[in-house]
Order: sequence, then structure tokens, then C-alpha cells
Amino acid sequence: MSKTNPKPTRVVGKPYRKVDAAAKVMGLTKFADDLVRPRMLYCKILRSPVPHALIKKIETSQAEKLAGVVAVLTGQLLPIAYGILPVSEDEHALCIDKVRFVGDPVAAVAALDEDTAFEAMNAIEVEYEPLPSFSSIPESLSGPKSKGPAGNGDESESWRIHTYGESGNIHKVVALEFGDVEAGFREADRVREDVFFYEGSTHLPMEQHAALAEVDGDGKLCLWSSTQTPHYVHRALAKVLEMPGSRIRVIATPNGGGFGGKSDPFQHEMIVAKLALMTGRPVKVTLTREEVFYAHRGRHPVLMWVKTGVKKDGAITAMHFRTFLDGGAYGSYGVASTYYTGALQTVTYPIANYKFEGVRVFTNKPPCGPKRGHGTPQPRFALEVQLDKIAAELGIDPVTIRRDHLIQPNSLTANYLRVGSTGLAACIDKVVEASGFKKKFGKLPYGQGVGLACGSYLSGAGLPIYWNNMPHTGVQLRLDRQGGVCVMCGSIDIGQGSDSILAYIVAEVLGIDPFDIRVLTADTDLTPVDLGSYSSRVTLMSGNAALQAAERARDLLVQAFTEKYGVPVSRVAFADGRVFDVEKPEAGISFAQAVQLAETKFGTIGTVGSYTPPVSHGKYKGAGVGPSPAYSYTAAVAEVQVDPQTGIVRVDRIWIAHDVGKSINPALVMGQVEGSVYMGLGEALMEEMSYRGNRNTVHKFPSLLEYKSPTTLEMCDVKTFLIEDPDPQGPFGAKEVGQGPLLPVPPVIANAVYDAVGVRIDEIPITPDKVLAALRSKGEEHSPQEAGVTLGTREPHRYGPHTIPSFDWPDPVRVRTPWEGGDGKELLREAVHAKE
Amino acid sequence: MAKKLKRKTQKVHIAFTLNGEPCEVAFAPHKTLLEVLREDLNLTGTKHGCELGECGTCAVLVDRKPVLSCLVLGLTVEGREVTTVEGMQLADGSLHPLQTAFADLGAAQCGYCTPGFLLTAKELLEKNSKPTRDDIKEALSGNLCRCTGYIKIYEAVELAAARMRGEAAEVPEEVVLGLK
Ligand code: FES
Ligand code: FES
Repeated sequence: MSKTNPKPTRVVGKPYRKVDAAAKVMGLTKFADDLVRPRMLYCKILRSPVPHALIKKIETSQAEKLAGVVAVLTGQLLPIAYGILPVSEDEHALCIDKVRFVGDPVAAVAALDEDTAFEAMNAIEVEYEPLPSFSSIPESLSGPKSKGPAGNGDESESWRIHTYGESGNIHKVVALEFGDVEAGFREADRVREDVFFYEGSTHLPMEQHAALAEVDGDGKLCLWSSTQTPHYVHRALAKVLEMPGSRIRVIATPNGGGFGGKSDPFQHEMIVAKLALMTGRPVKVTLTREEVFYAHRGRHPVLMWVKTGVKKDGAITAMHFRTFLDGGAYGSYGVASTYYTGALQTVTYPIANYKFEGVRVFTNKPPCGPKRGHGTPQPRFALEVQLDKIAAELGIDPVTIRRDHLIQPNSLTANYLRVGSTGLAACIDKVVEASGFKKKFGKLPYGQGVGLACGSYLSGAGLPIYWNNMPHTGVQLRLDRQGGVCVMCGSIDIGQGSDSILAYIVAEVLGIDPFDIRVLTADTDLTPVDLGSYSSRVTLMSGNAALQAAERARDLLVQAFTEKYGVPVSRVAFADGRVFDVEKPEAGISFAQAVQLAETKFGTIGTVGSYTPPVSHGKYKGAGVGPSPAYSYTAAVAEVQVDPQTGIVRVDRIWIAHDVGKSINPALVMGQVEGSVYMGLGEALMEEMSYRGNRNTVHKFPSLLEYKSPTTLEMCDVKTFLIEDPDPQGPFGAKEVGQGPLLPVPPVIANAVYDAVGVRIDEIPITPDKVLAALRSKGEEHSPQEAGVTLGTREPHRYGPHTIPSFDWPDPVRVRTPWEGGDGKELLREAVHAKE
Repeated sequence: MAKKLKRKTQKVHIAFTLNGEPCEVAFAPHKTLLEVLREDLNLTGTKHGCELGECGTCAVLVDRKPVLSCLVLGLTVEGREVTTVEGMQLADGSLHPLQTAFADLGAAQCGYCTPGFLLTAKELLEKNSKPTRDDIKEALSGNLCRCTGYIKIYEAVELAAARMRGEAAEVPEEVVLGLK
């Protein structure tokens, strides 16, 4: 497969309209809640008002008696557990014997209209026996200690939110060491420790989740849903409903925003499917905005401790990174999230020795999961802010400390991630120059400041979520004798333009207009599997599959054409809807005629393409999280104003340069960059999931008004630079853009705030109260977690956490780094001891 | 045995002008304009993000002024003029300049907030044919968009405004290709 195309392109790289743009501006796009079926019933879900309790009794008879109620459903009828990760299948469609957070679904009704459904939902009575609740990392770490399933007579056993996991309310512990960090610290000229906190936030897609299920005459089930992962929903439905997957069809409707929040199989999807099977009628559910806050799966709150050793020039000799994740009430993607808080530290600046320890706890709050950047914005914030502090201590400027120590292209990191192309140097140069950073840094009047930060992200995860060796995506292409081309792929457009990317790539290869192509996606009956719109995988993976399918189709047409006209293969060209000999362009035939020739020769023309990522280099336990075919790179400069009277931070402008490898469509790439800056700005300044009441387990403000997100009045100006350092793994060299550009935004704002008023806000979001508290603080002794290390001097003005909870970390999985002659495998215990 | 549905309310019947055409519709009197449009008139182009007046997603024009359709009763539009996104196209069926600009610049990512933005911007341009960037921000400050960061939306409104003033405005290169 030729992945990089040296020839000038006609479609790729051009700012075409999206293939669904017209429908979207005309209001024609059908989102899940826009669908209506004859005889459709409306579903409402009763949710728990208590954070942690045993369900003693569910009384549904009053609800059932109400006129207009067709069915009432409780968890007994759906006893099979499911969950996105095979290692944490801990969810039920409806809670059976226990509720775990305020908002946990308990019962559901289907009625002739929404009002009746609502009334019936309220007529259901549930008797709860409250259990102690857990709402924070320290509480869950020091909670019940026992291990194993309930029933050993220990009363505190039922205090465990789940009976699986490490122990008590500890879900997952990870410990990895690459090289020898202690030796690395000894080699360092300076060692610094810092503690950071990054509050949780939610995706807040404008479209509330919705799903509609229908059963046809043969008993086959069809579910339309606003989901980013139709394939995983398909699998979960088959499991929970105990139906063969071949009798279930999942159609993902265009998502009205996802950002990771629609990547789990959800309760409401299982519920309407079951209700449709029970009633034989279509059943629709649309979550209220309040329920969307409970569905959550958003950014994990993460407490971080990071100890870094550097040489005088800023080269990192060792880094020891600890993360504590507040996972909420269920597993979701949490095991992966935990690994991700330690995986990508190594891909921007070389780290000679690296140790990562992470722990995720369960709490009685809505479950956390993957939000744009999945587990990496939190450590990236810590890393980039600490690097700034180190630069200041060493007397190096923030540009030099980064620019002088960049990961090399085509290299392996300490944790065996393979970096291909990297345009980070160009990104830094661009934003530093355009912003006038060097003239401004440290030189602007008090209250104004600039900062710099970088980041890097995956272009798709190297491994699928459930273990298998099959391709991660597939494309089928059908060419018809009228010249029609239909591209079919399981991928789902969540607004990022993935449908258009398929059309552009096929159009490029076949020399036709992308708007002449029919794109059919995200329908498990009609389209080959694609794993979903998550981990920034679609352009690279489905793009490669589309490229392969299109090249195979072109080859068929070329064969037929050369046979008929005797033109050598190397001279056949496809452009402007025609196929011709490059030496006699005027004498060609139309694309439709070329298809006819091919159909005459070969029969019906259909081709397939698929994509499987390269095998990753890491072979140790835990190596599955982090590898990617290619990494994107970003650098950003922010200019801010901080009002010392009010503590209000105003971001005037962000200059951002993103190495996307190659823009398949630069206008769409810019849109992803700008959207990422926006979402990063919201997290940096205002967005937070906070809780009150009932021991801090009730969401403080499950509404769009009270959960503050940036409006037009808070959004900053954005200057976007696209850097193209093509990666041989990407279609036409393309890498990701949907998530990476968010990563530098929170730290760049924190760094700029420091430049403006000289205070360090080591906690996200940077709200006015924190800035004021830092400004007013008298200065404090930097309190090291461990004695006997070289530390920065006094940190005069700071807001942020001081310590981390003590925790008994297990022995790490030890791996020799590539430069120690490692092979990517973990060392056996004996070898570890021999080494010591 | 079939349970008898108690009809709690009688439907009301109103007449109004919808997207330039006469329209009559009957619905339960407590229904919001949003519900009447979506459920009783099948105009699903009008979206909702909260149904509490917090996001602007459901904005439509009533007598040419933006109104949050989730906050007003359907009954209140009796005899008035309502415009939804379905009524934005020009008489010849071509896209309104705002629609064209939104489509060309990628101002509609997921497109869910788009109808609300389009209608709010339409009213802005009717009042002010040459809005500044700040005018646009002010006018659109009640509409939330989670995808775009608003930048492409501002640029699309500016481009549409220029074209509606009769200027032969092209799509600026840096807006779709990035800065050099
Ligand atoms: S749905 Fe009307 S303002 Fe949100
Ligand atoms: S385009 Fe998705 S919310 Fe605005």
C-alpha cells in the first residue's frame, strides 16, 4: 500500500466542504431524538436519589396501573453485567441489589407519551438501605480493606462499592519502572518534586444522549443511538440480551458532539432494547440534561506527584510520576485511563529513566471515563508546569528547556513507544515567533503574561479494547456502472468530519468529485466493523482502509483500461471524473465508462480495505496502553491578563501550532484545533464537576447554566498554524488532530498566569478564588514528600495541593530501557534482584 | 384488558405563519413551541440541549426576533410569524448566505447547535449589516457550541455579512488553511 503520495493531490489537502455540511446547515441531519417510528413508546428512567445503598424493594404496581403505561422494567430482567472493558464488566442496565451513585438507574417505564412515562416513573417506589458513602480519593484509599466477594461475614464488605478490583474501594493499581529512576536522580544536577491536582470535568455535548429501539417482524432488533462506538454497543447488547449478534443491528446516528462521552455502552441503550423486545413496539429514550451529567464518563479528577531530575541544561535524567484517580462508581474505561495518566509523558522530551505509579479508586459519584485527551491532559498539565518551574530554577528560558530536548523522530521512548514523525520543533518555533514570546516573557507589565507549553497525542490506540487479532477498521467500496461510488465503513461521524475524510480519500484515488460519492457509515448490518470514534483513530485507521480499498478498485479499472486501449499501466491517470493516458489526456473515457469496462471484465466491482496497527515494541504487562501508529505534536503560547483585585484570568489569545502530519482537509483540521483550544480553555478556567450534600456525592449543578462552560464572551482569540510532517503510517501522511491540541492549553494558561502575577496555580481549574488565595498567601515552605532530595527554594506564592496520601505501592514491573539494551519485555524477578 | 386513557387536557388549535406559509396545528396546551415544532409539525431542525432556556440550541425567530422555543408555550405564537432553520433557504431553494458560509468554513461541526446559531445570526445581520467581531460575540453569547470554539462561526457570520452587503467576498485563505 503506498501511503504517502508524492504526486500533487486534487482533493486531499484542500479545504472542501464536508459531505454532510449542507444537510447540517439546513437542519436535515437526523439525530437520534429526531427519529420517530409508528406506535413508538417513550421511556423514562428512575434514578437513585442516594449515593450508596442496598435496594430492599422496588414497588412498581402503582406505575403499572397507570393508564398509558405499557411496560415497567427492573434490573431482575437484565441480570447480565457488561462494561466497555472486559476487565471491568461491572455495570447492569438497571441496578439489581445495590445503587452506587446519585443518578444510578433503578427502573424504567415505557408509556404512550412522555408525560405518562414521567408520571409512572415517579409512581415507582424504591426502598433503600443506606451504606456508608465514599466521595474522595483519601476516603476510598483508607476505606474497607477486605478483598474478595461479599459474604465473608465482614460487615464492611458491603461498604465496598464493587467486590472486584485490588481491595476495598481500590479499583486498579499500576506500577512500572523503565530503567532505574534512583540512579537517574543521582545523576541529576537538580531534582524537583511537585504536587498537582486536576479537577474532573464533563464533555457536555450539546446533544443529549438518545436511543430508539425497534423489533421487526422476525424478532430482529434494531437500535439507533447517539453513540461513538456502535460496534461495542452491538457486542454489549448481544451479551446483555442474550441474543445472537447477527439478530441485532446498531445504527449510530450522527452524534451532536461526543468528546468521549458517548463511547461506553450505556444503560439507556440496553433498557430501550429490552423494552422494545418486551412490548413489540419501538421505544425511544432521550436523556434530560440532568441525566447527561449522571451518564458522565468524563475527565477523572487526578491528584499527581511528580519528581523530576535534570541536568544543568534541562535534560531529564529521571522522572517518577504518581497519579491518584477518582474513578467514580464504575469501571468504564478506568483501567485504561489509569495507564494513560502515565503513558505519554515520555513522547515529547526524552526521559532517561521513568517510573510510573497510578491508582484508581471507586467513589459514589458518576463514573469517570474518557474525555478528549483521555487520561493525558492531567499529567501533561503537571509536566509542563513543572518544566517551567525547573527552567526558572536553572535560569533557562521556557523555550530553550523544551527546544533543546526534543524527542527524535523514528525513536523509541523509555517505555517503548515508537515515535515516527515529529514536527514539534517547528511547532515551537512557529508559536514562539508569531507571538513575540521572547520579547514578552518576563517583560510585560504586572498583570499581563505569556506562557508556553507543548503536548503530544496518539493517532489511534495500538490495541483494540477486547483482545483479538482482527483489523481495527474496514471499508467496503462499491462501484456501479452509472459511475456511482459507495464507500461503507463502520466509523461514526461525531462532528469531526470522518464521513468526509472517507469521501476525500476515495475521491483522490479515483479522480472523482467527493460530492459524487455516497458515504454509508456506522450501521452494523451494512458496514464493516470500525472500532469507533475514540482515541483519535479514525482518520488514520479508516483513512488507510479507504485508501487500500480505493487503490484496489483503481487497479481493477486500470487493468480493464490498459487491456482495451493498450496504454501502459504507468501512464493511466484518474482525474476530473475521467480515466485517461497522461500522454493523450484528451482521448480518455469517463469514470463511468471505465467502471463499465471493468465490470465487463471482472463482474460486479467491489473492493475492501482494512487496517491493523503495527505490532508495538513494548511486551511488558501494561504495554498495551500508549502505543500508536503515529503521534501528533502541538505547541502553544498563551497571552493572559490577570486582575490582581478580583483574581479573574482573561485569556486574550492563544497561538497554537499542531503537527498533523498532513491535513486531509486543512479547514477541518483547524476546526479541531480551535475546538480543542476552546475545550482546554473551559477546563483551565471554569469547568468542574463538583459535589455537595450527602457527604459530597450529589452533583452540585447538573445544568448548563450552572456548570460553567465558555460562551463567546470567554472564548479567546486563536491563531492556528498547521505543521505538516508526514508520517509514513498515516494515509497521505496524516496524523491525529481531534485531541492533541487540547493538551497544552491548561498548562500554557497556568504558565502565563505565573508570568503575569508571579503565582503558581498548581490546580485546574484556575478560578479567581485560587488566584486570589495565591496572591494573598505569605509564601510557604515547599514541602517535600520524601526527605533528602534537592528541592527548589521557597515557593513564595502558590495555590495547589501540598501532599499526596500515603499508599503502599507494589513492586513495579521493571523493564530495561532501549538504551540499556532492553527488549521491551519485563525483567523476571530473579533478574531484578541480580541487578540490584 | 385495555386501560382507558384519561384525557387530562383538550388539544388547542392555533393558526400562525410558519416559514412564510400559513399553518394550523392542534396540540396539548402545555406544550412548548419547541415541542409543537418538533412533535406536532415534524420540524426536527430545531434542536434542544437543555429545555430550560440555558443553551440557545432551540432558538427560532418569532416575529423576526430570536426566541428560545423551549421557554415559550406553543400557544403564544398564535397569529405570529415563526421562522425555523427549515425556512432559512432563499425563495429559489438556494442556501441563505449564512448557511453557505457555515457550510464552507466548517462552522457546523456536529451541527447540533447550528440551527440556533444561524437564526440568531440572521436576526443580527438584519439589524446590523456590518457587525464587528464584538457585536457578533455579543449577539451569539446566549448560544453554546461545544465543538467549534466559536471561531469558525464568527468567521462565517462575517463572510455572510460581507456577501449580503453585496461585496464579492472570497473565503479568506488563512481561515481555511491556517496561518503560514
Ligand atoms: S433547549 Fe432551549 S435553551 Fe436549551
Ligand atoms: S457544532 Fe457541535 S455543538 Fe456546535
